[in-house]
Amino acid sequence: MLLIREHEDRAGDLFADGELPGFVHLYIGEEAVAVGACGALEDEDYITSTHRGHGHCIAKGLDPKRMIAELYGKEDGYCKGKGGSMHIADVDANMLGANGIVGAGPPIAAGAAWSGQYFDEDRVALAFFGDGAVAQGQVHEAINLAATWDLPGIFLIENNQYGEGTPMEKQHNIEDLSQTAEAYGIPGFTVDGMDITAVYEAVREARERALRGDGPTLIEAETYRYRGHFEGDPQPYRDESDIDEWREENDPIDAFRKRLMDRDELTEDEFAEMRSEIEAEIEEAVAFAQEADYPDPHLAYEDMYADPVPEIDYFADRLRADGEGNGGDRQ
Amino acid sequence: MSEAMSKTETMTVREAIREALREEMARDESVVVFGEDVANFGGVLGVTGDLVEQFGEDRVVDTPISEAGFIGASVGAAASGLRPVPEIMFVDFIGVPMEQIHNQLAKMRYMFGGKADLPVTIRTTEGGGQRAASQHSSSYHTWFAHLPGVKAVTPGTPRAAKGLLKSSIRSNDPVIFFENKVMYEMEGEVPTDEDFTIPIGEAHVEREGDDVTVVASQRLVGETLEVADDLEGETDVEVIDVQSLYPLDTNTILDSVEKTGRLVVADESPLSYGAHAEVISRVAEEGFYSLDAPVQRVGIPDVHVPFSPPLEDDVVPSGDQVRAAIERIV
Repeated sequence: MLLIREHEDRAGDLFADGELPGFVHLYIGEEAVAVGACGALEDEDYITSTHRGHGHCIAKGLDPKRMIAELYGKEDGYCKGKGGSMHIADVDANMLGANGIVGAGPPIAAGAAWSGQYFDEDRVALAFFGDGAVAQGQVHEAINLAATWDLPGIFLIENNQYGEGTPMEKQHNIEDLSQTAEAYGIPGFTVDGMDITAVYEAVREARERALRGDGPTLIEAETYRYRGHFEGDPQPYRDESDIDEWREENDPIDAFRKRLMDRDELTEDEFAEMRSEIEAEIEEAVAFAQEADYPDPHLAYEDMYADPVPEIDYFADRLRADGEGNGGDRQ
Repeated sequence: MSEAMSKTETMTVREAIREALREEMARDESVVVFGEDVANFGGVLGVTGDLVEQFGEDRVVDTPISEAGFIGASVGAAASGLRPVPEIMFVDFIGVPMEQIHNQLAKMRYMFGGKADLPVTIRTTEGGGQRAASQHSSSYHTWFAHLPGVKAVTPGTPRAAKGLLKSSIRSNDPVIFFENKVMYEMEGEVPTDEDFTIPIGEAHVEREGDDVTVVASQRLVGETLEVADDLEGETDVEVIDVQSLYPLDTNTILDSVEKTGRLVVADESPLSYGAHAEVISRVAEEGFYSLDAPVQRVGIPDVHVPFSPPLEDDVVPSGDQVRAAIERIV
C-alpha cells in the first residue's frame, strides 16, 4: 500500500511538473482494494484492471521501474512506451492490462477464467472495475456468462463513490452494488474497501469458492478516490472537506498501520524505515525512467501482428520522414 | 506449396467450413467453437452441424445472447491459452461486441508492446439475397479490412473457405472470417488433405484471361466465373478471388492488370470508401500506367439491403452488373 501511495504521489508530481505526457488517473486512497485482493491471489491467477490501474499493477508484482518508464513513454516500459498509463500490462505476470475503456475488463477476465476451467488448472481470474462500470452493458454480459458457466472468476467492484465526475447515487438505483449478484444467482458481498483484511478475506473466500467449481463471486469494496478522476480534474462535483473526511477517518494505510502497532507487530521506527526504503525505491525508479531511451520512431510500425502484413511497411516507407524506403514501387 | 494437394472432394461451402473446424479441433485441443445456438442447434444456418457430437459441449459451446460478453471472453481466453473460434450469427449483430473487437482484440498486442498473442477467429455471416431485410443482410467486411490489428478474410469458393479458415484458426493474430450466407450451398472441389491451407493474404486466380481483370469477393466470384463463361470467345476475362481483404495480395492483382490493362472490382458492400476503392488505389499507385480504361466498381449503391424482393434484387449486386461493367470498358 505504501509503495502504491508513494508511486502515485510521485506520478502526480511528475505530471504536475509536465514530465509525463498524456493523462494519468491516480489510485491514492484505494490501495487496500488492490493489495487486499492481489494478496489473496496466487501468481498463476489472472487480473484485468482499469484506467486507474497503477495500484493493481504494483499489487500484482509489477516493477515500478518499468511502470514509470511506461508512464514516460520510454522503450524500457512494460509496453515499450506504446501503452502508457492506461495500458500498462504484463501478460507474463498474468496481468491482462489496465484499460482505457470503462467496463471492458470483466469480459476479458471471464475469458481468462474460462481457460482455467477448460484446462482444469487451479487458477482464477479477477476483474477490477469501478462503480461506474457497473452501469455498462458488457459488465452485465460478462458476469451473467461467468455465472451461467460456473467460471472461476471474481468480479471486484471498486466503489470509489464517483463514476468520473458523477456521484454514485446519480448513476445507480441501488445502495449496495453487490445487490446485483442476486440477479446472476451468485454470492455478492459489500466490504469495507479501506480495510485491507476485509478485502483480503472476501477475495480469499471467493477464490476458494471458484476453485471448488462453485462459480464466480461479486464483491463490492467501498473505497474513496482522494484525487480527481484525472490529474488536473477541477472536481466541481465535491468539496475538499469530503476528501479530508475520508482521508482523516478512513485512510487504509493509517488504519492498517495503527492496527499493526496496536498488536505490537510494527513499531514507529520500522514504519519510518519502510517508508524511506519505498521512497528510495520510487526515486530510483523515476531516475531509471528518466534516463531510459525513447523508442526509435520505427518501432511505431512494429508489434501489430504476430505474422506481419506488408501494408504497414509499404505505407510507412512512403510517408516516414527518413524516406529510406522506396515505397515498394514496382515500376 | 501448401495448397498443391491432389486429392479433392466435392463439397459445399457449409461443409468446407465445418470440415475446417473439425480438422482444427481434432488437431489442437485448445480450439473451442462457441456462439449462439452453435452446439445443440448446430448453428442457425447449419454450419457447425454435428460438431458437438464429436467434441462435446465443453468445446462446442452455446452462449447466452451476449456478443460483447463472449467476444470479450474470447480476448481473455486467447491471452491465457485457448484458441477461440466464436461465431457472430449475423454480421449485423457485430456492433454489440464492437468495443471488444476494435479496442481490445485489435489493439491489445500493439498497446502491450507485442507481448500478447490473440489467436481469435471470429466467424460471421453476411450478404443479402435471402429476404432477410436490413438487419440480417449487411456486409461489413470493409469495416474490418480498415481496422488495424485484425485480418479480414472473405472466401469466394468452398476451397478458399476451408483453406483460409484453417489458416485463420492456426494464426496467432485476430482474424474476422466473413461467410456470405447465400454461398453456403455453393459446391466446389476441396482438397481433403488435413495439411491443406491457404495463406492469409494470398489472392487466387480462378480463371485466366487476357482482356479484363475482375477482382471479386465472396458470392461475386462464382457469379463472375459464370459471366466469364458466357463471354467466352468474345471477351477473355481473368477472374481473381481476392480471398483476403486484409492483408491484400496487391501483387497478384497488379500482375493481372499489367496483362489485361482493364480492371473491374466486384464486392458486395457499399461502394463509397469500400474494398473496391482500396483495390483501385493500389493499382493507381503501383500500376497506373498499365491501365487502358477507366476502372469499374460493382457493389451496393450506398443503401441498406431492403426487404421487398424487387427492391432487394435491385440493390444486391449480381453477375449482370459485373457483365455490364466489363462491357463498358472492353
